[in-house]
Amino acid sequence: MKIGVYICECGSNIAGTVDTEKVAQSAEPLPKVAVSRVYRYACSEPGQNLITQDIEELGLDRVIVAACSPSMHEPTFRALLREKGLNPYLLEMVNIREQCSWVHSDKDQATDKAISLLTSAILRNTLMKPLTPKKVGVINKALVIGGGIAGIQSALDLAEVGYQTYLVEKTPSIGGKMAQLDKTFPTLDCSACILSPKMVDVGRHPNITLLANSEVIEVDGYVGNFNVKIRKKATYVDPVKCTLCDECVPVCPVIVHDEYNADLSPRRAIYIPFPQAVPATYIIDEEACLGIDPLICAKCRDVCGPDAIDFDMKPEIIEEEFGAIIVATGYEPYPIENIGEYGYGTIHNVISGLEFERIISASGPTDGVVRRPSDGKVPKTVVFIHCAGSRDPAKHLPYCSKVCCMYSTKHALQYRHLVHDGTAVNFYIDIRTAGKDFEEFYQRAAEEDGVIYIKGKVSELIEDGDQVLVRGVNTLTSETVEMHADLVVLATGLIPSEGTRQIAKMLKLPVDSTGFIREAHPKLKPVDTVISGVFLAGTASGPKDIPETVSHASGAASRASTILAQKELEIEATIANVNEILCRGCGMCVDSCPYSAIELVAKNSFGHTIKVASVNEALCKGCGTCSATCLNGAINHLGYTDSQILAQIQALGGK
Amino acid sequence: MSYEYIKFGKEEREFRQKIEEISGENIFSCYQCGKCSAGCMFSDKMDRTVNQQILRIQLGQKEKVLSANTHWVCASCLTCSVRCPRDIDVAAIMEAIREYTLREEPEKIKISELPKKVLEKLPNIALVANFRKKTG
Repeated sequence: MKIGVYICECGSNIAGTVDTEKVAQSAEPLPKVAVSRVYRYACSEPGQNLITQDIEELGLDRVIVAACSPSMHEPTFRALLREKGLNPYLLEMVNIREQCSWVHSDKDQATDKAISLLTSAILRNTLMKPLTPKKVGVINKALVIGGGIAGIQSALDLAEVGYQTYLVEKTPSIGGKMAQLDKTFPTLDCSACILSPKMVDVGRHPNITLLANSEVIEVDGYVGNFNVKIRKKATYVDPVKCTLCDECVPVCPVIVHDEYNADLSPRRAIYIPFPQAVPATYIIDEEACLGIDPLICAKCRDVCGPDAIDFDMKPEIIEEEFGAIIVATGYEPYPIENIGEYGYGTIHNVISGLEFERIISASGPTDGVVRRPSDGKVPKTVVFIHCAGSRDPAKHLPYCSKVCCMYSTKHALQYRHLVHDGTAVNFYIDIRTAGKDFEEFYQRAAEEDGVIYIKGKVSELIEDGDQVLVRGVNTLTSETVEMHADLVVLATGLIPSEGTRQIAKMLKLPVDSTGFIREAHPKLKPVDTVISGVFLAGTASGPKDIPETVSHASGAASRASTILAQKELEIEATIANVNEILCRGCGMCVDSCPYSAIELVAKNSFGHTIKVASVNEALCKGCGTCSATCLNGAINHLGYTDSQILAQIQALGGK
Repeated sequence: MSYEYIKFGKEEREFRQKIEEISGENIFSCYQCGKCSAGCMFSDKMDRTVNQQILRIQLGQKEKVLSANTHWVCASCLTCSVRCPRDIDVAAIMEAIREYTLREEPEKIKISELPKKVLEKLPNIALVANFRKKTG
């Protein structure tokens, strides 16, 4: 056994606080150490060549690099060992930068600490055994959960690469929130017009299996091999037979709120979600219909020419295996009735941003004429209140919802286009227009369309006759202000959708304090989750506008392809390992494992059937919880065995 | 803190449009960054800052705009106009407020009736503005 020790100076990052020469010298007398050197940048090409040369000339078989965190350069040096035919798990990184030089100022003490850390690593390294990573096969099919613009984009990208992709959507049609929008900022493109071609592509693509009106109910397995159960709810209308003739709708006696129009208009119990819906078929709302068990009314079935209606249709459970999963479950608007002082829900003419979006939409409940809910009159003064829920850590949402400045500006501008003699006033805290052409759009709204901006938050809304009294402040003139408005639109913030919360729970994905799913790294892994093989697309991980969502979704598809393209995947070798002789089958490790990677299996022991713990090597993340829990010391963590750790502790406490 | 009832009636609109007409500037171009006031060397002599005046014109608050001394203190040095990030000729707006005042009160100054002592003390700009008004 010959160990090579390399102390990196990292420019002055380490050398500024640690006497690297002294650290190198301290390693020389230790057992098995063949060479101990200092180099300015160990990660550089010449630095790596130095190690390669020593391996060749001195016959080193183990390498210790005292430098930065292993999360930075462990892969670099492991690759070097592998290239030279050594086992990469015989490399040891000692973190003398983040854990030493950066956090200390006293050079002597920092040097002493670096020496202890290095000594402990050397003693541990002498006990290390070569490890071989396991390999698992990969099913090259993808699952995309959520059929909004994010899910649509991810599914299309994966399908184009050539992977079989399942797109699961909870509601009867794909399209999501974007299908409800009238126009999009900053280009004022018609939202449905730019979305529907993509929806049609999803419906037609040979590599996409679209499961609308379906929900993921169970996910098992691990990267490359997820087992997923999907419940396809009954639609009660055969989509193949349905000719979209609309004969069934007028005869249906049941009238309910139309979700597509933000509950502002009625629809029947048999309906098509919206004209461009994909899959294009009518469906029956089983909650409202009078024909589903017990059969009270069958008027639609009586008039249906192609005989497409079947009240006895049952939900199906579909079981499939996937290599990667993309979570694109999106957002929902903040429940603004929580903001009592704004009176949403009690004052008729105080509405949400999404409601206003439907009101100005040509396909909306008022056919594109701006009418207020109370009396259907065209409002002459409309007040838009920014940050309804957002940027209010005391009671509502701590974060900026990112899109509200822009959509309120868009609403005000669209209103001015539709009602030429109308007044649009925006009350804002700050105007945030960070996006391509966003600032120009905001300036255009003010300059060309006379949208008025008042800096200051509205304190309360009071119903006053058929108008709403807005009580606010103009912080630029230091005046409290009041004005009457015919209609008030609240720029509703964004929160994780119910689907996002459910899927996060089902897949055990960690969430932020705000409930959005946490990325594996906020900057460098923005579409990965901590669970390998599960990726994020769109607003499931936080508020995003449409262009950002689309690029995020394409990013997720690209990251998923890196798994789907493999024939087999290498799995980290530093995982839990059960000593079956010591294991007494108590099951405490099974309960303690946060990744459900351990189960008890039956084993024949000298004619008796006993239970022992068995680790699923693909699921194990190597966290070590089980080996700490095991009372018998039957679980060893490969690469971090008790003897290795004890040697380390001994060295650290040696003085 | 003072109080203002905001309304957007005919009066407010006409005042704003008149200022826009006289100055030739789009009042709504202003996004209230305050650079005009920051660079104005007479800001400390003004009872309202230049950007506040512009904001009040946006809101059509005629009384409050006219009651300030801001536009009278303005020496038209054009620092604000040169530095404005939105390319607004701010000095032209100050001038427009002065002109608006003079046009609204045409009989306030009759030069022929002014005593010689007053005439000697009167700032040149007042006389120039008055003559200009008379030439239309």
